[in-house]
Amino acid sequence: MSVADFAFYILAITTVASGFCTVVSKNPVHSVLWLIASFLGAAGLFVLLGAEFLAMLLIIVYVGAVAVLFLFVVMMLDVDFAELKAGMAQSVPLALLIGVILLLQLGSVIGVWQFSDGAEAARAAITPAIEETHNTMALGQVLYTDYILLFQLAGLILLVAMIGAIVLTLRHRTNVKRQNVVAQMHRDPAQALEMLDVKPGQGL
Amino acid sequence: MVGLEHYLGVGAALFVIGVFGLFLNRKNIIILLMSIELMLLSVNINLVAFSTYLGDLVGQVFTLFILTVAAAEAAIGLAILVSFFRNRGTIAVEDVNVMKG
Repeated sequence: MSVADFAFYILAITTVASGFCTVVSKNPVHSVLWLIASFLGAAGLFVLLGAEFLAMLLIIVYVGAVAVLFLFVVMMLDVDFAELKAGMAQSVPLALLIGVILLLQLGSVIGVWQFSDGAEAARAAITPAIEETHNTMALGQVLYTDYILLFQLAGLILLVAMIGAIVLTLRHRTNVKRQNVVAQMHRDPAQALEMLDVKPGQGL
Repeated sequence: MVGLEHYLGVGAALFVIGVFGLFLNRKNIIILLMSIELMLLSVNINLVAFSTYLGDLVGQVFTLFILTVAAAEAAIGLAILVSFFRNRGTIAVEDVNVMKG
């Protein structure tokens, strides 16, 4: 067994086992941490497959942003998770049934399929040899030419998601003192000051 | 030698775990979102595996777009969750009945 094979089995087991722990874990914080482990395993698999750019992207976007977002939400919301977990036992049979059926269906395909004869000819963007260009450059040469419209639309989706998330979570507290810049700038001495002539020996 | 089928096996297992998680944690919407992330990850593994073994870069391009959409979906989902929790004080899925759907 070569090093690459060994690495594959380690990473595959990590990914799948962490994924399983994510869904069965009692504590949501542990779930998020298992999810991070699963993403890291998948990133390792991507490196083995020769998709280094996507592997790094997976670590930056999923581990660095999405998983941390999950962690923030889990820790910020004061939710009684024990109550939510109470009904978990009764949904185990249904979940197992559906899982096993789906697994059998997917497993029945393994080993009996093959690439069609036209598959090689139908490739839209043939991967250049690794000596010519590395993965990131090859991906960029496809992404910024043939898929430029989709690329821009993906950016638009992210923009809309960002604005949507801000709009959904923004709130104005009523009893908080804020700086009112316009009111500050329109203050003048005539309104703000009152000149009093104080006699000696008398107070105000 | 590790072949395409091995990677497809990992993808299939992860997808099934995602579906299993959806049905197992029907009340906890945070775990539901995580299960959806797992399913999207398994699809990404499949796409990258096919992309490598077929020698076609388009699979990786599509993985990039799935990553984008998944990130946007997680952000919006969690934002909805936070504002729902503020209004109702709970995140139980059964209590989401304002629209009587």
